[in-house]
Amino acid sequence: MDFDIAIIGGGVIGNMIARQLSAYDQKIVVLEKNNDISMETTKANSGIVHAGYDAKEGSMKAKMNVLGASLMEEACKKLHVPYRKTGTLVVAFDSDDEQVIKELYQRGIKNGVPNMRIIEKDELREIEPQISEKATMALYCKDAGIVSPYELSDAAADCAANNGVKYIRNFEVKSIDFQNNKFTISNGTDNIIADTVINAAGVNSDDIAKMIGDDSFSIIPRPGEYGLLDKSVGYIVNQVLFMAPTKMGKGVLVAPTTHGNVIVGPSSYDAEEKDAYGIRRGELSNVFKLASKSVPSLPVNQMITSFAGVRAHNESDDFIIAPSEKNNRFINVAGIASPGLASSPAIAQYVEELVLKNHNKELVKKDNYDDSLPAPVRINSMSSDEKKRAIAKNSAYGRIICRCETVTEGEIRDSINRPVGAVDIDGVKRRTRSGMGRCQGGFCSSKVMSILADELNKPINEITKFGRDSKIIYERTK
Amino acid sequence: MEKKELTCVVCPFGCLLEVEVDDNNDVTSVKGNTCNRGVKYAQTEIKDPRRNICSTVKVTGSKDTYIVPVKTSSEIPKDKIFDCMEQINNATIPVPVHIGDIVIKNILDTGVDILATNNVLE
Amino acid sequence: MLVIIGAGPAGMAAALKAREEGIPDKEIIIIERAKSPGGILEQCIHTGFGLHYFKEEISGPEYAARFIEELEKTDIEILCDTMVTQITPSRKVTAMSKEKGLIEIQADAIILAMGCRERPRGALDIAGTRPAGVMTAGTAQQFINIEGYMPGHTCVILGSGDIGLIMARRMTLEGAKVKKVCELLPFSGGLKRNIVQCLDDYNIPLELSTTVVEVHGKDRLTGVTTAKVDENLKPIPGTEEYIECDTLLLSVGLIPENEVSKFAGVQLDPKTKGPIVDDMRETSVKGIFACGNVLQVHDLVDFVTMESQIAGKGAAEFIKNKDREKAYATTVPGDRVNYIVPQKVTVPVKENLNFYFRVKNEYKNKKIGFYINGEKVYEKKERKLAPGEMNNLLIKQEVLKGLKENDEITISVEEA
Repeated sequence: MDFDIAIIGGGVIGNMIARQLSAYDQKIVVLEKNNDISMETTKANSGIVHAGYDAKEGSMKAKMNVLGASLMEEACKKLHVPYRKTGTLVVAFDSDDEQVIKELYQRGIKNGVPNMRIIEKDELREIEPQISEKATMALYCKDAGIVSPYELSDAAADCAANNGVKYIRNFEVKSIDFQNNKFTISNGTDNIIADTVINAAGVNSDDIAKMIGDDSFSIIPRPGEYGLLDKSVGYIVNQVLFMAPTKMGKGVLVAPTTHGNVIVGPSSYDAEEKDAYGIRRGELSNVFKLASKSVPSLPVNQMITSFAGVRAHNESDDFIIAPSEKNNRFINVAGIASPGLASSPAIAQYVEELVLKNHNKELVKKDNYDDSLPAPVRINSMSSDEKKRAIAKNSAYGRIICRCETVTEGEIRDSINRPVGAVDIDGVKRRTRSGMGRCQGGFCSSKVMSILADELNKPINEITKFGRDSKIIYERTK
Repeated sequence: MEKKELTCVVCPFGCLLEVEVDDNNDVTSVKGNTCNRGVKYAQTEIKDPRRNICSTVKVTGSKDTYIVPVKTSSEIPKDKIFDCMEQINNATIPVPVHIGDIVIKNILDTGVDILATNNVLE
Repeated sequence: MLVIIGAGPAGMAAALKAREEGIPDKEIIIIERAKSPGGILEQCIHTGFGLHYFKEEISGPEYAARFIEELEKTDIEILCDTMVTQITPSRKVTAMSKEKGLIEIQADAIILAMGCRERPRGALDIAGTRPAGVMTAGTAQQFINIEGYMPGHTCVILGSGDIGLIMARRMTLEGAKVKKVCELLPFSGGLKRNIVQCLDDYNIPLELSTTVVEVHGKDRLTGVTTAKVDENLKPIPGTEEYIECDTLLLSVGLIPENEVSKFAGVQLDPKTKGPIVDDMRETSVKGIFACGNVLQVHDLVDFVTMESQIAGKGAAEFIKNKDREKAYATTVPGDRVNYIVPQKVTVPVKENLNFYFRVKNEYKNKKIGFYINGEKVYEKKERKLAPGEMNNLLIKQEVLKGLKENDEITISVEEA
């Protein structure tokens, strides 16, 4: 199949770039190796829209973060993605920490971070009542906040698809050839031809770059482990709580999620394997112990799930967003570790500029480009009257499948029928929250399976958790 | 004379029985039982252990229901459990099914029937 | 209108009792989230139900059917495939269904009978990956017994409560290999008869003081690592064992499902995780009653039925006389007792009362002491007590008749 632009990687970066580029009259494809998009770093991270004081002045990270954070609210509004300006706090516990915070403040000023100030103990306690007695001051960034990372990514993909971008899932790139002035991207059986390639392959972006002989960078998979607490203890934290980084480490965060849970983590270590999505033994208790420095009353027994994500760290510790030295129509978007999510709208704009500069065809903006999505039906957040109207239109909105999160059959069917729709149980979960609540799918997973089987026209025992061999059930008992 | 400890499974109370067995494998005394059923249980458990089993049988002719639960009408010899399961796995019953319907009569000549334990009307 | 939430054994028994107490059929409605009544009994196809209540041993679906058939003879409406989303302290019930859309009912009395749910993996600190093949025992039970699909072929079960034990046998009978049942505690929470009939009969090892510390597998589960635990329930390094399996079933506890109760302002007992109730099973919110597993997790459905009849009667009495004021004595768990239901007793006591309680540990040859304001008024010998087996103590009205407001009832387990 022939395309003008191929994007490798359907994470939040690839999808935000796809949405950005879908404004142009070009044939674009997104190649995703997994059964669904947003399944790697995008699905397992803190979901923070960082303010931008962290990165070194003048770095790509600093630029992308500050701009990205400023663009995030509008992007989320257009795509109907949960986003909240909770504010972030970097908390100091002693005079060394206070010094660090002051340095961060100065760096933030240089990076152009808006609405940032240092607050003293009393004010800190007022806005964050559960904070440790030992907290002395904090760097407060009022405009920073939180976003649902996979929902942003999935919505960006839907938006791109609505504007004509093709999504091919289960396409694992095995080789890339450059011949006759075109790239041939192969998964071993099928070929995709493209003029420009955007390498947004996350932790695998170095392997992808090597396929065209670019070994200018390497990605170190750096997993982070998290625990997620029940909504009923959402009151323990209002802002995102970071700890002032010390010689001993960066500490861990305690933060609200856009859906009212509390996220605690992440740990950090360098892994050998790029799919190190396992939790190490005993590591969660370390994470909780570290976190209790910020919030001593942390109700660890309210944990409903735990997970690990893998950061795409690289040695330069900065984003690599540039045409490859080997071929200027192969654009690396690599090393997008934190604050990659916050930066994603800015990265998409920046990549657009790079494509305009390097692509070999004229780029003409489409008249009918729409960078927004229609609002999805979310029964849980509707008033009684809105619910009645929705159910009158489609009775499937009246049948609740997931009791913990109040998700209806209609919403689950919608999630499967979205432009880049869910194809497995985890995909339904990310798009609808069905199974994300305190019972973690105990009651609803078999119902979700039969809806998936119905919509995808498959036998129920072929429905998987997340593709490949992740089957839930096998043969008939009789 | 041999002493054996058994947990009575006749009711959820689960009495711990101390059973004395003679050389002919006959129960000579039972202690620890709360009711007489315990004595009877000990006697059969030593000589001829038996169990109820429950499973499901394939239903034919129903639009929503694939299987119906079944049980043994009374206990079957313990060593025939898996042979009975094979029969149960190969059996089918057409709708309508009512609780108590005989799905398999006199399974493996044990004198025990396999009975439906739920209704499947359509 | 009497609104009963849940058409499992609790809701059905409560409805029939309220009817018997004079509430007209048309004034009773049961709201059920499943497609048909019966609740969790429908998937509990093993026998062992009904010994106390029906004096015979029947299966779950048969037990449920007896109540369903009784209800079918009445004009009591059961709204199925309908989920209650909210109840307010003033007893307004909101529910939703495909057929009827959004339903709002102003109830005179409400009986909570929503049952419980299983604790999922997420609540446990199990390291490792997130493959398919890790599921609660109840989910597996539904796949095997209702849908007719095998959830796996080689299996380890964590938790030796009754559901875990029953599922070990079910998986085995249907052709799977159950390699081991692990129990974190030094004793099983399940009934002894189930250990004999479900594990011993099939040579399935039960390993006490053992837990699963890690799961392995990228797509489907490929194995688990188990380890022994010390007296603080912490894994002991060096005791790890890798077991190849494609399924891990979790039977690690049941939690009463009280989300809608909380919204109505119903106070919960931190021990039972169910509402604090009086002897008629009325919660802290006037006119809202609770029974069955939403109130306390039961081991025997027979007790659920009896408890629900009390709630049904209580709700009927409330509807007939809404203005009555109640004065209470309280119950307080004594030595070795974890909790007591009811937590409050209406005074003066007019009939014999059953007190349900669970003990903290396994005990042999002890005495149960029943105290009023520190004075022992009744005692009873017990040969065997275990946390997994709910106890009940029937106290005669003449023992309780002097009970006054704010008196304190204590139940203790003592040396015999």
